[in-house]
Amino acid sequence: MARTAKKNPVDMSFSFITAVASFSVIVFIIGILYVLISESSLAIGKFGVIKFVTSTDWDPVKESFGALTNIYGTVVTTIFSLIISIPVAIGIAIFVTEISPNFLKGPIGVAIELLAAIPSIIYGMWGLFTLSPIMSNHVEPFLKKIFGSVPLIGILFQGTPMGIDILTASVILSIMIIPFTASISRDSFDLTPAVVKESAYAIGATKWEVVKNVVIPYSKLGVFGGVVLSLGRAIGETMAVAFVLGNNHRITTSLLDAAATITVTLANEFAEADKDIYLSALFYLALVLFVMSFITLAMAKFFLIRAERKYSR
Amino acid sequence: MTREQKRKIEGSVALFLSTMAAFFGLFWLVFILGDVLIHGIKALNPSLFMNDPVPPGAEGGGLRNAFVGQLLITLCATLIGVPIGVLGGTFLAEYARGRKIARLISVLADIMVSVPSIVIGTFIYALLVRPFGHFSGWAGAAALAIIMIPVVLRTTEDMLSLVPWTLREAAFALGAPYYKVITQVVYRGAATGILTGILLSIARVAGETAPLLFTSFNNSFFSVDMKQPIASLTVTIFQYAMGPYDSWHEQAWAASFVITLFILLLTITGRLIIRLRYK
Repeated sequence: MARTAKKNPVDMSFSFITAVASFSVIVFIIGILYVLISESSLAIGKFGVIKFVTSTDWDPVKESFGALTNIYGTVVTTIFSLIISIPVAIGIAIFVTEISPNFLKGPIGVAIELLAAIPSIIYGMWGLFTLSPIMSNHVEPFLKKIFGSVPLIGILFQGTPMGIDILTASVILSIMIIPFTASISRDSFDLTPAVVKESAYAIGATKWEVVKNVVIPYSKLGVFGGVVLSLGRAIGETMAVAFVLGNNHRITTSLLDAAATITVTLANEFAEADKDIYLSALFYLALVLFVMSFITLAMAKFFLIRAERKYSR
Repeated sequence: MTREQKRKIEGSVALFLSTMAAFFGLFWLVFILGDVLIHGIKALNPSLFMNDPVPPGAEGGGLRNAFVGQLLITLCATLIGVPIGVLGGTFLAEYARGRKIARLISVLADIMVSVPSIVIGTFIYALLVRPFGHFSGWAGAAALAIIMIPVVLRTTEDMLSLVPWTLREAAFALGAPYYKVITQVVYRGAATGILTGILLSIARVAGETAPLLFTSFNNSFFSVDMKQPIASLTVTIFQYAMGPYDSWHEQAWAASFVITLFILLLTITGRLIIRLRYK
């Protein structure tokens, strides 16, 4: 086959075209990195790296920019969305693989996939018009009443419940990433060999003990990969949080305060940045986001490949 | 309480919680879809599709410009992204099959699928918007195409890999060169799968908003000129939902309904085809 490829000119040009098309992926990644670095060179020169990521200034008037408030917003919303979504997603995976009757498996799988297919702007708008009022009128006052006076945890629930805050954004993000975590966990659970499970049942284990002691340990690498992948998705999510996070460049300790993530800042300010240094700082933010999400996604991929190798052995 | 009873109770509690989790997930799906459905249908009317936006307060405005703009941008993105994606996937599954470079590109494409779409928006802004001095439909289409390419590339690679190698050998034995084997045998065998991948990738980009915010931007007038800023449904939804007018909110719901329906139909069709063809 390699020989025919050399002989035939049409074949050579076809293989060349396909090669160029597939190398476009590499070109895009290097291109994005190059363009973002060169566009942000003005801001990199002025603020440096360490100063930029540790400064909480975000002041277009004084032309002083730091990314910390944005990074903080991104990290906090992501962590809280993971805290909500991981148990639910793993619960769904356990239900679909071990508990549900066969006729329900398909429909629930499809429903989860549909949840993943809904565009993020719909989540965002639904969050603004429907979830946010529910949060500010019912959920947040309730949480405040219970946890508000508890030491340490109470700090998280200070301030007036407005519904436009970190908590609402995290809830929406968690709904968005549940499908990713759930479907990868389900696929990993499904790969547990039936023989191993059956031997556990044979020595008298209950269903939960099989899940806890056999299925989860066996598939933890894949599940972990799925969680990290969802983390990568959550870091880069824009529209779902842009509606309900406000755009507040301050570090807040309360979940009931507005904040800003990198993505929200970009969405709100990019098109109206009027000064070169302002635009350059925004490109710098985009660069930070790209590097953060690329590393996270690469890690996720690493775990998923390791998991795949382990199961195929 | 005996140890057995304790284990049984622990098990039932854990399984009950898992079941609750599944219904919790379903609950959100029903809640979101139901909400979009109820608000959307209420606001649906013919003028939404027939008329262009009017100033807030005036009667009978619609989003014709946004529907047309969205179709144009998505169509152009598909025309750019699908050939590159399919050809790229062909390289990985055929010419570079099993080589390290194929593995690398495949992994990078998987990462690209999840790279924040807003970053791709900023990239295109620097490449196609600032040099020309204005936002344009083409820039929006290019941003969506970049999102689409890795998706199509990966599904094509997977689908071509499913075609049995013996089929190719049969064609080689007849003296066919590799490109003929690919275009006439392998593509035919994998056509349904590739088509499904394309459908799903269209579903993926049709709902994208972030990369359009500063590429195709928005246009409150009817325009089919891809060299100029052009309206899209998603950016219009963002703008209208954040705006202060009730009539804007209603139209945003209606537009959300249409776009959600479109994307879910595409997704369901894609899944059905896979299920019918490969299971």
